[in-house]
Amino acid sequence: MSQPVIEIKDLTKVYQMGEVEVRALAGINLLIDRGEFVAVMGPSGSGKSTLMNILGCLDRPTTGTYRLDGVDVSELNRDQRAVVRNAKIGFVFQSFNLLARTSAIENVELPLLYGETGWTRAQRDDAARKALVLVGLAGREGHYPSQLSGGQQQRVAIARALVTDPAILLADEPTGNLDSHTSEEIMGIFQELNDSQKTVVLITHEPDIARHAKRIVHVRDGLIHQDERIRQHRVGARGIAPPVIAVAQDRS
Amino acid sequence: MKNSVQRLGNIAIVGLKAISRNKLRSFLTMLGMVIGVGCVIVVVAIGNGASASIQSTINSLGTNFIMVFPGATTASGARLFTGNSNLTPDDGEAIKSEAPDVAYVSPQVRTAAQVIAGELNWGTSVNGVGTDYPLIRVWNVAQGDFFTDADVKAAAKVAVLGATVAENLFPNGNAVGQIIRIKNVPFKIVGVLERKGGNMMGQDQDDTILAPYTTIMKRLSGKTKIDMLYVSARSADAVQQAQTEIDSILRQRHRIGPGQDADFQMRSQEEIAAASASQMNTLKMLLLIVAAVSLLVGGIGIMNIMLVSVTERTREIGIRMAIGAKGRHVLIQFLFEAITISIVGGLIGVLLGIGSSKLVAAKAGWPIVVSVESIVLAFGVAAFIGVFFGFYPARKAARLDPIEALRYE
Ligand SMILES: Nc1ncnc2c1ncn2[C@@H]1O[C@H](COP(=O)(O)OP(=O)(O)O)[C@@H](O)[C@H]1O
Ligand SMILES: [Mg+2]
Repeated sequence: MSQPVIEIKDLTKVYQMGEVEVRALAGINLLIDRGEFVAVMGPSGSGKSTLMNILGCLDRPTTGTYRLDGVDVSELNRDQRAVVRNAKIGFVFQSFNLLARTSAIENVELPLLYGETGWTRAQRDDAARKALVLVGLAGREGHYPSQLSGGQQQRVAIARALVTDPAILLADEPTGNLDSHTSEEIMGIFQELNDSQKTVVLITHEPDIARHAKRIVHVRDGLIHQDERIRQHRVGARGIAPPVIAVAQDRS
Repeated sequence: MKNSVQRLGNIAIVGLKAISRNKLRSFLTMLGMVIGVGCVIVVVAIGNGASASIQSTINSLGTNFIMVFPGATTASGARLFTGNSNLTPDDGEAIKSEAPDVAYVSPQVRTAAQVIAGELNWGTSVNGVGTDYPLIRVWNVAQGDFFTDADVKAAAKVAVLGATVAENLFPNGNAVGQIIRIKNVPFKIVGVLERKGGNMMGQDQDDTILAPYTTIMKRLSGKTKIDMLYVSARSADAVQQAQTEIDSILRQRHRIGPGQDADFQMRSQEEIAAASASQMNTLKMLLLIVAAVSLLVGGIGIMNIMLVSVTERTREIGIRMAIGAKGRHVLIQFLFEAITISIVGGLIGVLLGIGSSKLVAAKAGWPIVVSVESIVLAFGVAAFIGVFFGFYPARKAARLDPIEALRYE
């Protein structure tokens, strides 16, 4: 492996709440290589979301450096961070965050509207269709979020995260709003993507979900308190690991 | 370059989609613009129509005429009239014979009277005038003849009826040759005038009787002074010169030195037209201000709805930013939405304005002139308002923090 995708050194984040300083991150050091599947775990208030926001270039660290895909992004301004988010990062949120009254394919195309490369309508359409196929939603292009189940909506969100072929997929509690069966399917998709060398960073507080990752980073009080590699993964809760596409089709 | 234009187009389309997703709300927002722009167009059309019709009635007063009134003009230009006229028929004669730029002169003495014809009677104004009067006013007789210079010299008891008077006293026509009694003095009708219509003040100019001024002065009012002189210059270009000539003739006759206040004053047709035009402009300005205020209210409506929309769509904005929308992308999206609403509203307003102008013209019978300028102006203002009032909400959206926006419920 050449350079790491994520390279974080002595990262801190301090929130100023009037007189009080809240040290949400107290000095994080973290290397994530291409093709890793990392779960970030920790109790509520430990700094997971803060770390996620910085990893996703939504926010800037107070001190320390963050190199993403070989580029130092810790000092970038708003617009520059928007460009990085668009090109290098795919977000998957707990609450799906699809645009309502907007078809699946239009939702997936969204990042392409803002990219530095001008995409023609046909190119956008093509890329979005391919991404939807990848998450097992071929044939649902015209559906609105309100016409899709929670699991399907999250798959649209994953397709949207994938459409720009980003360096990392960042998922903040992606199964938090889903039942356990659907959660397994979604995790199956992440595993599938990871199998094809996509780097995935996932936040969760559920051990069942974290088990799908190859590596678990435990955060506590704004510090990494444990960093464990899991040997045996790809085992579902019930000991089954069905192929993603097959799952997608039988649920649709 | 091509790419960035294309991207801009894509983002603009996002704004358009937002409009079509909220059709009812977009429509209600547009309504302010529709009414504002429609208002401007109707108001300007009515104003233009009114001033055009006033100009045409001023033209109908006569040609190149100058009215000479008794009474002084003070230094400030106000007219002082004590009630005692000092204009005489001889002043008129003198002007006609001595002023080279004057073509026609007619004295006018006016009296109100109840006029009786057989069983019928009619209250009207009786005007004593000279034989030049129909030439100055460009007012021909429709039946019979105007009275003659001999009639004037002899103070003959002859009269010419205005169309309205003739209709009321002689409903069967054939007024010419009949006798009417004005203040118990019998007058023979020699002619009936053409219909002239209303004047600037809306008075019926045909509700009048013309008789020789000599007759009126001697037999009806007993006055020796006249109420005014109607003068017609030789041409439009001669009006100014004629006024100078009249001024010096009257000063000489009334023994008023060049520096002193005159005991008469003049109004030319041009001055009357200019005065009424400036009154019209005041009225138009007022109407325009009303219309501008309604446009402003429409603009504030747009801002209001856009602010609501930005708040409501905070999460959408957060999502867009998270996946790579820059502040200016969001700005353009919302700005484009606001501009589209106001421009489409403006367009509907233009159509509505033209339509209601036509309707007013047809139903109320008002003269209406829809002007291209008002359409361009209203439309331009609508677009400007879209940018102006859309900018603040759009900037507010563009400055949202993506993390906060994503957390918004
Ligand atoms: N915008 C903020 N302003 C102030 N304090 C914050 C802000 N965001 C997070 N914090 C604080 O930072 C700490 C870490 O929060 P967070 O990263 O959300 O934890 P987690 O996601 O693990 O629950 C908490 O004490 C939280 O109160
Ligand atoms: Mg959190």
